[in-house]
Amino acid sequence: MILIDNISKKFGTLTALDQVTLELKGGKSYALIGPNGSGKTTLIKSILGLVVPTSGNILFDEESILNDWKYRDKIGYMPQIGRYPENMRVGQLFEMMKHIRQDKPKFDEELLDAFKLYKIFDKRMHALSGGTRQKVSAALAFLFHAPVLILDEPTAGLDPVSVEILKEKIVHEKQMGKLLMITSHILNDLDEIATEMVYMFEGRIQYSNTIELLKAETKETKLNKAIATLIRQRELLQSVTE
Amino acid sequence: MTRIIKYVFYDILRTRFILFYTAFLMVCTFAFFQIDGDFGKVVLSLMNIVLMAVPLVSVVFTTIHFFNSYEFIELMLAQPVNRRAVFLSEYLAVASSLCLAFVVGVGFPFVLYGAWQPISSLMITGIFLTLVFVSLAFFASVLTRDKAKAIGIALLFWFYFSLIYDGLLLWVIYSFSDYPLEKLTLTLIAFNPIDLARIIMLLQLDISALMGYTGAFYKNFFGSNLGILFSLSLLIIWVLWPILFALRIFNRKDL
Amino acid sequence: MLRLVVITVMLISCSISNATTFIVGASQKVKHIKDAIIQAQPGDTVLIQSGVYREGNLILQKSLVIKGEGYPILDGENQYEIFTIHANDVVIEGLKFRNTGIASINDLAAIKLLESSRVRILKNKFENTFFGIYLANASHVWIDGNELQAEAEAEHQIGNGIHLWKCTNITINNNTVKGHRDGIYFEFVTNSLITNNHSEGNMRYGLHFMFSHNDEYRNNTFVNNGAGVAVMYTKEVTMVNNTFVHNWGPSAYGLLLKDIRDSEINNNYFLENSVGIFMEGSSRNNIQRNKFYQNGYALKLQASCDDNIIRKNNFQQNTFDLVTNGSLVLNKIDANYWDRYEGYDLDKDKTGDVPYRPISMYGTIVERMPQAILLWRSFLVLLLDKAEKAIPVLTPENLMDTTPAMYPYDFN
Repeated sequence: MILIDNISKKFGTLTALDQVTLELKGGKSYALIGPNGSGKTTLIKSILGLVVPTSGNILFDEESILNDWKYRDKIGYMPQIGRYPENMRVGQLFEMMKHIRQDKPKFDEELLDAFKLYKIFDKRMHALSGGTRQKVSAALAFLFHAPVLILDEPTAGLDPVSVEILKEKIVHEKQMGKLLMITSHILNDLDEIATEMVYMFEGRIQYSNTIELLKAETKETKLNKAIATLIRQRELLQSVTE
Repeated sequence: MTRIIKYVFYDILRTRFILFYTAFLMVCTFAFFQIDGDFGKVVLSLMNIVLMAVPLVSVVFTTIHFFNSYEFIELMLAQPVNRRAVFLSEYLAVASSLCLAFVVGVGFPFVLYGAWQPISSLMITGIFLTLVFVSLAFFASVLTRDKAKAIGIALLFWFYFSLIYDGLLLWVIYSFSDYPLEKLTLTLIAFNPIDLARIIMLLQLDISALMGYTGAFYKNFFGSNLGILFSLSLLIIWVLWPILFALRIFNRKDL
Repeated sequence: MLRLVVITVMLISCSISNATTFIVGASQKVKHIKDAIIQAQPGDTVLIQSGVYREGNLILQKSLVIKGEGYPILDGENQYEIFTIHANDVVIEGLKFRNTGIASINDLAAIKLLESSRVRILKNKFENTFFGIYLANASHVWIDGNELQAEAEAEHQIGNGIHLWKCTNITINNNTVKGHRDGIYFEFVTNSLITNNHSEGNMRYGLHFMFSHNDEYRNNTFVNNGAGVAVMYTKEVTMVNNTFVHNWGPSAYGLLLKDIRDSEINNNYFLENSVGIFMEGSSRNNIQRNKFYQNGYALKLQASCDDNIIRKNNFQQNTFDLVTNGSLVLNKIDANYWDRYEGYDLDKDKTGDVPYRPISMYGTIVERMPQAILLWRSFLVLLLDKAEKAIPVLTPENLMDTTPAMYPYDFN
């Protein structure tokens, strides 16, 4: 569904993405992991067109996104740090988003209900706590029945109850056959959601395969253990080659 | 695009700045009428406001607004919305609300005093200067991510065109005063929108100021239909190039 | 002087009472003006009925009254001078002159008066004449109620409307002169009066005045002349109640004063001229109670002027009120109203408490570099002018009006 074809992104002298090639298929759920500054968010923003790659191409349903914007109709995006017009009320924000994407016949307001966001509709965005903001971001991402969902640290800052609600929702969407791409530091969360794993380090994709296979390779049953083993193996390999 | 314009408009109105600006212009105009009943003199006093305050307010308000709307722009760009549409909506909303403030703030007192005729050139130049400096401010805003830096650049534009440029022009005239400079100065004027606007107004108001051989030359040029067409097209170019450059940069900008 | 004219009139009217009248007309016995002039005796009247007369040059050497009835047309056929008069006590009235010849050697005129006195030229019309009324060596002439209209395109194709050379005791009243080279031209004319005339759209000067002392002109209007009004090399002229309007152009002046001494310039109105008054090499003149309104420069005072008094004038809405090219201050500028004055009047005596420096610094700059006018009314110029007002560098520091009026004078 999404083909990332050899893209690189440089911010000045810093190389954020270094010749990344990756194919994301519909119906699968990808966990994008890697240390801070490894290029996860840049990759996501590239897919969304918020960041323009220095070189390479990204195809969405076999069409380049570089000068296109309509494909974003098929993406629901939940940013790592949700930034919204600070003076706007929560209700107005939802109104506006619906208004902007009004060609959708029906909205998915499950999360709105589950998080009880109706109660804070008259609050202004600048008055919201970090967690509430995350809830708003999440609700917005799922609002439009988008076939692709890109969630950047979806559970960060949420209380345990909300985390469960969100996870349930994600699993539910996955079962509906949507393409999911999730980054998270909390690997246990991913364990339940993701089927595939992409591991990034210093702007490169170090590993990309199914979680099953990873577990089998590393002979671990837990994802976090498996990844830790993976990293250790890589480091070993590196020291040997050096 | 109209949907986005609507929300930008809403946002601009919320800050109330535009209302203050309208009130400020209106108070000034009324005050000038109080001090001097002569329409010509009122227009002359307003000319200073148009040449100084309008560009200044335009650049400062636009840059601040752009950076305050950064979140909104980010949010929009993650949606199925064209970047160009977002950017142009911002431009149109900001420019039209500033223009509206100007037209109402200055125009209303004139209508009230029943003076329609003398303000047409004032209105046209005021609107054009607003459009030009909103354009320049957008250009300054997309050049950097730093709000303070952007305001600095925008103010520099204002300062350059309202003072430094004229200083350089005077220096050129002074240094080469032994040569026929008419065509050269005419060309140099084209590179400064404030000077262009000033001369359009000068021809309407202060005709006897343009005297001597040189004055007659300028008057013949700017007073002719061709001259008016020339200066208006130049002003249109001054509106277009910064915003088109800004759009180009914005289209490739990382958020 | 006026008395002289009156006496002249009385003398002439006396002679008429026992004089013969010759009627000239197509249906009359005398068909030609020429014949009537030959037949008539001094003191007779020649009455010309309406019609067109093409008789070349008419030479008049008798004291006759020549009168038109219904404006008979005397046509010079673009070749001839029409009337050449060399006689005293002549009256020319109610004629219409047209199409004199044009010559560059002879100054062909509709009426030329040579070495004559006590002549009256009344209510005539002049159309397309090279010179209109030409006086040389004449005295005690009364020119009243004539209308002169020419349509020339270049200065060398046209002479002056009313041209006076070496005359004395002349009255020029209530005439209209349009489209000539100079509207009214005075050279070596003394003790004369120019009143209530209207001079408009002449190619060079509305009034051109040289070496003509002790003259007075009042209540005249000079509109839209190529270069305004020039008064040169003259002393003791009185210029009162005249209006100078819209003398606009690269080298146009409302009033150009060059080498003028001991003259009065009072109660005049200068409106929309490129330069209201330009003064050069002039001394001891009084410039008082004039109104300068919406001129480019109200007053250009060259450094060669001294001892002039500029008092109680109104300066309103001029682009520049006063410029000068030197740093010496030899003239007295006093008690004028300047609409740019920003001082205060604490003692309420209607006189500003702080002196006003009327010299515009930018005016001085423009004077030196005309192209700099392009920056007029820019922020830069505003700042420069303010700075100059605070610390004079370019303009003479002590050129100031120490008692500026707080309110404009009402001269009406």
